[in-house]
Amino acid sequence: MNEIVFFINKGLVSGLIIGSIYALGAIGVTLIFGILRFAHFAHGDMMTLGAFVTLILSAALAALGVTLPVPLAFVAMFPAMVITAFIAIGLDRTFYKPLRQAGARPVVLVMASVGVTLMLQGLIRLFAGVRSRDMFIDAPKEIFRLPFPGASRPVIITEPQVLLIGFVIVAVIVLHWFLTRSRLGKAMRAVSDNPELARITGINTNHVVWATWIIGGALACAAGTMLSMDVTLKPDLSFNILLPIFAATIVGGIGQPYGAIAGGFLVGFCETLAVFNWSILLRPIKDQLWFEVPTSMALVPTEYKLMVPFLILIIVLIFRPTGIFKGRVLA
Amino acid sequence: MSGENQYSIMRDVVLFAALGVLVLLIFVSQGPVYSLRMLVEAGCYAIIALGLTIQWGYAGLFNVGIMGFIAAGAASSMIISFPQNEDFWASGGPELVGLFVVKLAVSAAVLWAIYRSARWGVGPKLRGLLTAIAIAVAYLVLSEHMAVMSEEIEQASGWMGGLGLPVLVGWIVAGIVAGAIAWFVGKICLGLRADYLAIATLGIAQIIKTFLKNADWLTRGTLTVSPLPWPVQTPADGEFIMARASYLTVVAITIVIIYFLLQRAYHAPWGRMMRAIRDNENAAASMGKDVNRRRLEIFVLGCVLMGFGGAVLIHFASIYDPSGFLDLNHTFLIWVMVILGGSGNNRGAIFGAVFVYIVWVMSEPVAFWLFNMIGTYGQAWLGWEPPSDLASRALQMRVFVIGLTITLVLRFAPQGVLPEKQARH
Repeated sequence: MNEIVFFINKGLVSGLIIGSIYALGAIGVTLIFGILRFAHFAHGDMMTLGAFVTLILSAALAALGVTLPVPLAFVAMFPAMVITAFIAIGLDRTFYKPLRQAGARPVVLVMASVGVTLMLQGLIRLFAGVRSRDMFIDAPKEIFRLPFPGASRPVIITEPQVLLIGFVIVAVIVLHWFLTRSRLGKAMRAVSDNPELARITGINTNHVVWATWIIGGALACAAGTMLSMDVTLKPDLSFNILLPIFAATIVGGIGQPYGAIAGGFLVGFCETLAVFNWSILLRPIKDQLWFEVPTSMALVPTEYKLMVPFLILIIVLIFRPTGIFKGRVLA
Repeated sequence: MSGENQYSIMRDVVLFAALGVLVLLIFVSQGPVYSLRMLVEAGCYAIIALGLTIQWGYAGLFNVGIMGFIAAGAASSMIISFPQNEDFWASGGPELVGLFVVKLAVSAAVLWAIYRSARWGVGPKLRGLLTAIAIAVAYLVLSEHMAVMSEEIEQASGWMGGLGLPVLVGWIVAGIVAGAIAWFVGKICLGLRADYLAIATLGIAQIIKTFLKNADWLTRGTLTVSPLPWPVQTPADGEFIMARASYLTVVAITIVIIYFLLQRAYHAPWGRMMRAIRDNENAAASMGKDVNRRRLEIFVLGCVLMGFGGAVLIHFASIYDPSGFLDLNHTFLIWVMVILGGSGNNRGAIFGAVFVYIVWVMSEPVAFWLFNMIGTYGQAWLGWEPPSDLASRALQMRVFVIGLTITLVLRFAPQGVLPEKQARH
């Protein structure tokens, strides 16, 4: 039974965690892709930026002597989300809006976002250095060990993981409510489906753009914070996390927030299950097997983990460029 | 009309003269050995920038994976031209590698057959299923073989070693390998919007780098390979000026050849068609141009130049280090060169490459000096304790400046300093 516990710990839980992170990132990317019509390459660094804002705020809280039952970083994350959302709107006004208004081709906006990502990356590392940091300033993270029937080892889940799963559930419900019930959310979907028609109907495109950046920025901050709470805050996320997030976006269909969530979990699970060592599960029954169980049976060696989202991306682009949720192929 | 042309030529002359003065200044202040090195490297960047300017300037393709093509080119050139490893040829290694190549070829042939099987009346569903099965089987067989092979080779002889062929062959193979990778990426992504190509090239670059870093049997991984052979006399006996000057000559001749070929292509019907596709895809398609095919052509051609230029660059550095390929130095720096110099203008790309590279190299000591000043004065006046990694942070300043340059050029000078000359027919 210990093998199954190992599978739950290393396969299912970590897939769920990394999948949630990808989903949070991909919701923002898919909304920006659908409404503003360009691939936002600065999303990975926006996540790092959000995590740093959280770190600064929680350090300030700790300095004030605040103690809370939940980690300070989790509490500090909510004001940090607001700040990151404002930063996102500011970035849009400074760098993307002028290009949009000058009628630049979408690919020029993609390039500008690459420029923005480099600027953010440079600034973050300039002020914070390149070493990784611990988000838990006040207290070490709590670890829950749940006993599993018939196994001597427990299922391990940490406090930030529980918080992350709870946050994702709440965020998805709120987002669903917002997109289907509120005026602005409906307007966003309308612009995403057909921008010209939406404009003619009198939808205020400016508000829609703001809402897009607010949601994208806030969720990027949450994803960055949660990821760095789960492991550590590393300032070199950007390009490594960008590829899985784009893969999740395209798998889910561009402009489809629900697709992005599904895509995020799909990519996350594929990634962890591909590097999972399956021979551990075969070990208890190795006497009944006709072949010898090798010591390592991972589909993909850990160092090639990035290949998984890339392959998913390639397969989707070849066979179903619209994504599983019938998004658009932008032309 | 003619006034416009006159102006453009004047601009070329003035800018290139200014560049010449800058180079001369560096020669005087830094000495010929250093300046020659800088010029050779700038020349290699110019080859790569020419590859990018045809992708971006002629066809509007956004390639963020230049580093990957450079790394692939450099690795293949290293393998072709590095002296043979006797231990490897004496061991069972060649057999294993040969078998691997055979398996690879068989898998490719099977996939090709499935891809073309529509001719023999195989339906799309069955074809998809067959493709999936074939890929899965091929992947399992090949990765299994690769694991065994890398272990055997690393134990018997450390690594594979090179083939000991002439350097020029290595450079050409570098271009071919980079082009072949580009063909696969382009085949998948070029039918879709430019964003998809950007995402895919970003991914392939990271994967190529990871592969080269971890494939110890093929590239010695982090142990690095040196010294790489030169097509001219190496500076082994201390003759740096002579050796570097002759390397520079080789690079300069290459640039001139490539430049003239690209200029011809630009003014030929083929170049006109490319610009037509870039400027109005639908109109070009309705005139019967095969848009995706033409784009694939130019994407592959650009990547061939990138692989070639990367090989030339690494051979000059004379050490092959797979972790030395950086997104910043080998992708975004080149983007700055091209958009600052003027996309779609080959002279602009060459000017941008040389100018930006000089600024880039010079900015390193300036950044260190600046940060040391800030550190010293901050400590003296404000009692501020500078962090110990001040030097590495100074380098981060350059990342910021590269990003800022990209955004500013896009917004305020999208044409670059040497704009594309609109040809009138």
